[in-house]
Amino acid sequence: MIRMAAQRIALGCMLLVAASVLIFAGTQILPGDVAQSILGRSATPESLASLREELGLNKPAVQRYLDWLLAFLSGDLGTALSNGKDIGESVAGRLGNTLFLAGWAAAFSVPLAIFLGLLSVRYQDRTPDRMISGLSLASISLPEFFIGYLLIYFLAVKLQWFPSVATLNADMPLGEKLRTIALPVMVLTMVVLAHMMRMTRAAILNVMQSAYIETAELKGLTPFNVIRKHAFPNAIAPIVNVVMINLAYLVVGVVVVEVIFVYPGMGQYMVDHVSKRDVPVVQACGTIFAAVYIGLNLVADLVSIISNPRLRHPK
Amino acid sequence: MSDTLLEVRNLRIDGTVRPPGERPKDINIVEGVSLTLAPGRVMGLIGESGAGKSTVGLSTLRYGRGGLRLSGEIWLNGRNIQTISPGQLRDLRGREVTYVSQSAAASFNPSIRLMDQVIEATVLHKIMSRSEAQKRAVELFGALSLPEPESIGSRYPHQVSGGQLQRVMTAMALCPKPDLIVFDEPTTALDVTTQIDVLAAIKTAIQHTGVAALYITHDLAVVAQVSDEILVLRHGKMVEHGAVQQIIEAPKEEYTRALVSAHSIPHEEQAATDNPVLRLEDITASYEGKIQVLTDVTAEIHPGQTLAVVGESGSGKSTLARVVTGLLPPEKGRVLFDDQPLPPALADRSLEQLRELQMIYQMADVAMNPRQTVATIIGRPLEMYFGIRGAEKRRRVIELLDQIEMGENFIDRYPAELSGGQKQRVCIARSLAAKPRMIICDEVTSALDPLVANGILKLLLNLQTEEGVAYMFITHDLATVEAISDSIAVMYQGRLVRYGPKTEVLTPPFDDYTDLLLSSVPELRLGWLEGVVQNRKMESAGF
Repeated sequence: MIRMAAQRIALGCMLLVAASVLIFAGTQILPGDVAQSILGRSATPESLASLREELGLNKPAVQRYLDWLLAFLSGDLGTALSNGKDIGESVAGRLGNTLFLAGWAAAFSVPLAIFLGLLSVRYQDRTPDRMISGLSLASISLPEFFIGYLLIYFLAVKLQWFPSVATLNADMPLGEKLRTIALPVMVLTMVVLAHMMRMTRAAILNVMQSAYIETAELKGLTPFNVIRKHAFPNAIAPIVNVVMINLAYLVVGVVVVEVIFVYPGMGQYMVDHVSKRDVPVVQACGTIFAAVYIGLNLVADLVSIISNPRLRHPK
Repeated sequence: MSDTLLEVRNLRIDGTVRPPGERPKDINIVEGVSLTLAPGRVMGLIGESGAGKSTVGLSTLRYGRGGLRLSGEIWLNGRNIQTISPGQLRDLRGREVTYVSQSAAASFNPSIRLMDQVIEATVLHKIMSRSEAQKRAVELFGALSLPEPESIGSRYPHQVSGGQLQRVMTAMALCPKPDLIVFDEPTTALDVTTQIDVLAAIKTAIQHTGVAALYITHDLAVVAQVSDEILVLRHGKMVEHGAVQQIIEAPKEEYTRALVSAHSIPHEEQAATDNPVLRLEDITASYEGKIQVLTDVTAEIHPGQTLAVVGESGSGKSTLARVVTGLLPPEKGRVLFDDQPLPPALADRSLEQLRELQMIYQMADVAMNPRQTVATIIGRPLEMYFGIRGAEKRRRVIELLDQIEMGENFIDRYPAELSGGQKQRVCIARSLAAKPRMIICDEVTSALDPLVANGILKLLLNLQTEEGVAYMFITHDLATVEAISDSIAVMYQGRLVRYGPKTEVLTPPFDDYTDLLLSSVPELRLGWLEGVVQNRKMESAGF
């Protein structure tokens, strides 16, 4: 089992390096370069050449990649080409904001999704199950910007319960912060809820077909205890899997939501710098996103290895 | 205590089937079943699959699989359990009545230790404290001759063998000291040599605890060993009820008589001819060069004759078939067909070589494309090997359907519209369509009910006489072997332990393994189990 886990971790690291290569290659393919976008209309061939020299853009791509990778590993994310600020510092604040938003969205959506999933199983094919499925499918079918604007229209503009713009700053008290991010949290919850709920339901229902569930029922356990003691522990692996994918989505996929609510997170930061052709920033953000994604999926893999009694207790 | 533990009056069980794209319709599963059982008595429920045996058994726990509806009266310990509340029902389940299922491997929760599962009901119903229950479980493990009774409970289900798991499940059923245990085919999934141990353990446990039991099985010989009386079911209705002796010695009903004589197909052994159609020379094979599965297997099959390959699961029988068909090229040795060596790998064989060697599988269900009609399935080899198309192909398919005693009206059906036996017949027709010299039959009757299996065996024998085709018949069922074979190869751990003409192989003196195998086959005779167990005890005691 430890060997399998080590394999997974090694694979995760390799995947991360591969992802960083892809991100680097992708930024190379983008038309134009940063020198051009900094100088704009005042660009002359000479000034372009000297700026490129100064920024190190003339070195071969492989060397630039390796330089960047080594610096990245030692914690130096470099400086943004467009404004000369330290990327590490800007990212730290932004990443904190993104994690804050994603964390609260997860704190609401994960327990809610699992609870609704359990409820759906308990009342399978009856009214509560149909209602839960219907509502959550409806919410996943609507694009997130649409839900976002709907919520802004009703909850911010008409009812004025929450602010429509989620501008966060560090010295707000926690309650104030939560009120500020209420709308984006709602949107994110609605977006990820259905997926997690449906998968929880499917995973447990799948287990409920097993003969050992019948055994438990014939021992006289209550329906809820059958699900809790016998079905849920065997459905953990697929549930953790889908939860992790959705957590990763909450961190990585919030760009649209951040833009709608003008939230100072990673997504906006990256989008801004893509349009400025600021390769180091895009690389840093992309790599962090990849790391989050790969890391969370790695956790899911490890949990499914650990939760498998055949691997935990070999013959 | 009254003299009636269980009384079922006029039980009727209905279900609803929902075929996709059609209106749900109600079907009747069981009708008019009545039975009474005194404390400590064992009743055998016997019948084919679909006869409603398990359904009747589970009704004593008021449990209907897949939403089956029970009606009628089920009196247990003096009250009609049809009318009790859900809470009272939960209290009955696991306290008064317990259940042992066919597949213990599937019926244990894979992520919970055996001990916790064994004592779960006992502790839940507050029959004993946790530590008392554990003590009882250990005693039961010992009584059921499980190895290391003290510590086996701390293992997980996948850490013990199938036969052991089945005994642990019996311990689980006995633990809460129930009044009634429902045994649902507890030995069917086991090897014949394992079955006898489990059977003996169950019988001893029933005798010692004085618990009453419903013993469900399709194997009359098995049920005769453990029951006091037998109830024969067919299509959800009662056929015959009587004491064991009466049922097996003087059955009244036609159907019961057919069940009792299911295995008596007369088949005279034929002498070997000079030129074998298939010859295996010193076959040694392994998977990925690691696990050696076959060691030095040499055997031959003569035209128009049957070689039965017998052994337990894991003995290498099916691997031998894979070598012959070329799916697994052997490490060493040759396969000769008509004295010509066959290329070891499937891909190197010619169409003609492929045609002459056909195969029929255990699971007819999965051996056919569910989206093709019988005409397409049987017509495919005709087209592939002989280029027969159109009306001519259809005519040949109908001929083949006649040969397998099914007839033209089945030609446009899909596999799902056929019964288990019919599916296997279609598979036979498909292999016959290629006009092969030899057919490998891999456990072709194992998944079928005795009477249906009987029909298939008779058909195979008739076809052999008509077409002169040779069979390599792989099976674990020794009764089938006697019925069909001309020569026998007994396999154990990848080696041939005994090989020769049928009469020779089945005549003593036996080697140890063949003796064990032959003496483990349940016989339809009272006292058989005790006799065998007694013999083995004496042998192991050194007599």
